[in-house]
Amino acid sequence: MMNNAIKIVIVDYGMGNLNNVKNSFKKIGFDSAITHDFHEIEKATHLVLPGVGGFKDAMKELRNKDLVQPIKDVILNRNLVSFLGICLGMQLLFEHSEEFGDTEGLGILKGKVIKFNSDIVPIIPHVGWNDIAIKKNGIKEFQHIRNNSFFYFLHSYYCKPDDETITAASCFYYETFAACVKKDNIFACQFHPEKSHDAGLALLKNFVS
Amino acid sequence: MLAKRIIPCLDIKDNKVVKGINFESVKSAGDPVELAVSYNDDLADELMFLDITASFEKRKTLIELVKEISKNIFIPFSVGGGISDINDIRNLLNSGADKISINTSAVLNPDLIDEAAKKFGSSTIIIALDVKNINGRYCVFTHGGRKNTNIDAIAWSKEVYNRGAGEILLTSMDMDGTKKGYDIKLTNLVAQNVKIPVIASGGASCAEDFENVFNEGLASAALAASIFHYKETNITAIKNYLRTKGIGVRI
Repeated sequence: MMNNAIKIVIVDYGMGNLNNVKNSFKKIGFDSAITHDFHEIEKATHLVLPGVGGFKDAMKELRNKDLVQPIKDVILNRNLVSFLGICLGMQLLFEHSEEFGDTEGLGILKGKVIKFNSDIVPIIPHVGWNDIAIKKNGIKEFQHIRNNSFFYFLHSYYCKPDDETITAASCFYYETFAACVKKDNIFACQFHPEKSHDAGLALLKNFVS
Repeated sequence: MLAKRIIPCLDIKDNKVVKGINFESVKSAGDPVELAVSYNDDLADELMFLDITASFEKRKTLIELVKEISKNIFIPFSVGGGISDINDIRNLLNSGADKISINTSAVLNPDLIDEAAKKFGSSTIIIALDVKNINGRYCVFTHGGRKNTNIDAIAWSKEVYNRGAGEILLTSMDMDGTKKGYDIKLTNLVAQNVKIPVIASGGASCAEDFENVFNEGLASAALAASIFHYKETNITAIKNYLRTKGIGVRI
């Protein structure tokens, strides 16, 4: 692999519109490919798993497209790939989700995806701009991003990693939850950087750099 | 802290932004893409596009417009107006819309709410209510405010919440276009009866109106059109004011 050849691949598995993610990369000066072709995914230097919608449907689509194992292989076996999970794409990394009973996820990260506790949280989904508390200052994704910057969230479930030290940023919305996780070549965020204006574009730029 | 949202609304007719007064007599206010970009830069938290033409031939141009807008803005945006089925929703989401707002079709076919929420996730489905006070009773209107369904607005709010709506866009037809402030009482009533965000709409004229609808109306977000289109005020100025009042906003 050439060091300077950046190839951003956005995994298309039929969940929501991915052009918004592509448009954001374009805005910061990078081309990207939207595809579910494994041969393309394998060539990525930067792999993005976005996603809007239900956890169960998403896993079904990934299975139908024979993408479960290939994505796991690319993320886990090739440390040269920088991985970015967005929203549902973050949740899918974990072992299982409470959404629609109990649904198995990709299991790349240990932990589960749980629903906001409706006894504590008066309004679900968590929708809108929330500030985040950065826990891992040194990582490249947060370069030039101020602590307590606002990002756009839209979700009813959140990730609960077994290993809390992978939480790169937390968010408080009646409950404290993981806004971002970072482990090795994996970075994932519960918010939508592609919808988070300047802060989101800065984060995407950091991811590619 | 979750910030209170300010949402400029662009009523679209024949690919132009227009704004009516009490849902009638429209007057052109500008180019939608240009306005969308300027709001994106002026700290709008979200944008709402309501297609008030919504005739069949015009749908295609709306799709093109949605695509064009999504290429140019990096904040969430919702599209509503004339959405009748799952296909319409899918087409708009595929064109770049983040959320879809449904009004008349949800009243005519409430199962559409359940189906859409299941298919695309509750978070992408906004149910819009156009409400008018008729002899002391809040009634839901459909067909762009032309038809009184006699459905009670509070009962309908609860029902759409139970069916899986992710947000409620609540427009007071009594206040819309009057610049006399949001209908605080109506907004508060609806917000107290559902556990999803309520976006208040209709009547905004100044920063204090936003303060009132957030504090007393319990709205999660507030929508306005003409005061922004005609540059009577701007979003940053309103947010600066709200911040001095202790209301959490994204600046």
